[in-house]
Amino acid sequence: MSGVTLYALTGAALVGTGFFGLIAARHLLRRVLAFNLIGSGLFVYLGAAGARGGEADPVPQALIITGIVVALSASALAVGLIVALARARGRAMLPEEDVGG
Amino acid sequence: MTWALDATLCAMILAVALATVLGRGVFRAIVFFVVYGLLLALAWVRLDAVDVALAEAAIGAGLTGVLFLAAFGRLARSGADAEPPPGRVNIAAALASAALTGALVWAWVALPLPGRPGPELAEALPRAGVENPVTAVLLNFRAWDTLLESVVLLAALVGLWMLARDEAWTEPLGLPQHVRPGGVMASFGRILPPVGVLVGAYVVYVGADRPGGAFQGGTVLAAVGIVAALAGLVRPPRVTRRAWRAALVAGPAVFLAAGLGGAALGAGFLTLPERIAGSAIFAIEIALALSIAVTLAFLVIGPPETGLEDQ
Repeated sequence: MSGVTLYALTGAALVGTGFFGLIAARHLLRRVLAFNLIGSGLFVYLGAAGARGGEADPVPQALIITGIVVALSASALAVGLIVALARARGRAMLPEEDVGG
Repeated sequence: MTWALDATLCAMILAVALATVLGRGVFRAIVFFVVYGLLLALAWVRLDAVDVALAEAAIGAGLTGVLFLAAFGRLARSGADAEPPPGRVNIAAALASAALTGALVWAWVALPLPGRPGPELAEALPRAGVENPVTAVLLNFRAWDTLLESVVLLAALVGLWMLARDEAWTEPLGLPQHVRPGGVMASFGRILPPVGVLVGAYVVYVGADRPGGAFQGGTVLAAVGIVAALAGLVRPPRVTRRAWRAALVAGPAVFLAAGLGGAALGAGFLTLPERIAGSAIFAIEIALALSIAVTLAFLVIGPPETGLEDQ
């Protein structure tokens, strides 16, 4: 197994891990963290795909850099919404999941 | 030997990712996520993508970590930092996640092997105006993506500012910071910014020919501003200040002007003719780095707050 394939499999596993966290986590901050894991897993997968031809392809790299910056800005907006929700309700969970605890 | 290095690195990345998802406590999850970002930056170096490694280290590990830690502090003030006890094991979610990973693995095996980076790229690169192929793709060949991305950043900031309360709108951005004089944060706030400004400006400047560029350098400059604000050395500006608003739109504005310049010279919108490409990209890069630095810093510092409502 080549190194590139190893990173692609890691990326695939990261997507799965993040997807599980996105569904299973109840604290919203953890959900945004999990969402970031999905994103970065896909970046690794795409980057490994770009490196498959033997030399690093700059086109996916440029797309990934764009993606990393967009992921940060989306996270910042999501985190702002969570903080606003917590101020209004005193909890950082979705209302329908906020049982017990 | 290198295979062992790759395998160890991948195992550590996966372990830290699992700890982020499964570990107890939100604070611990954030700390694991920062470690994850740093390890991922190493993975990008191994994949021969140094430009991405710089962006991942500065944004994925650095700014995202600060963003989440600051949010955690704010949630703690509202009493919303505690996590509910874990429910029963979510078997459906585990199965769905395993299926998703399996589909990606299958796609990797099934997809035909692509050729080397297309010959079109090697042909076009000498006319791009810059040596670094990633910068050439970002600011010349796929300029549309990058222009729209810089607008997405602005849209996220506008969305974040819309969460501010009316009475806080004229306050400075973020929470007022109180730092112990002579403490660690105050000392860091004095030592780091000069070094950070130097590193950030250098990374922006060399981006044309070597790994680096507006995104990576702009992020380092944003981090300098955040450190200075957290240390209480500078007060973040108010939303209403025109000079800062101009800094926010300078990047997209210069980018658009260069695109229109390309159209006026007959090459087409956002197509840079070879004789102006080098200088146009340099101008875009400087303006974009400024806008990215200010936008990212404002995104992390957060909307204007009075800091009074929770006490």
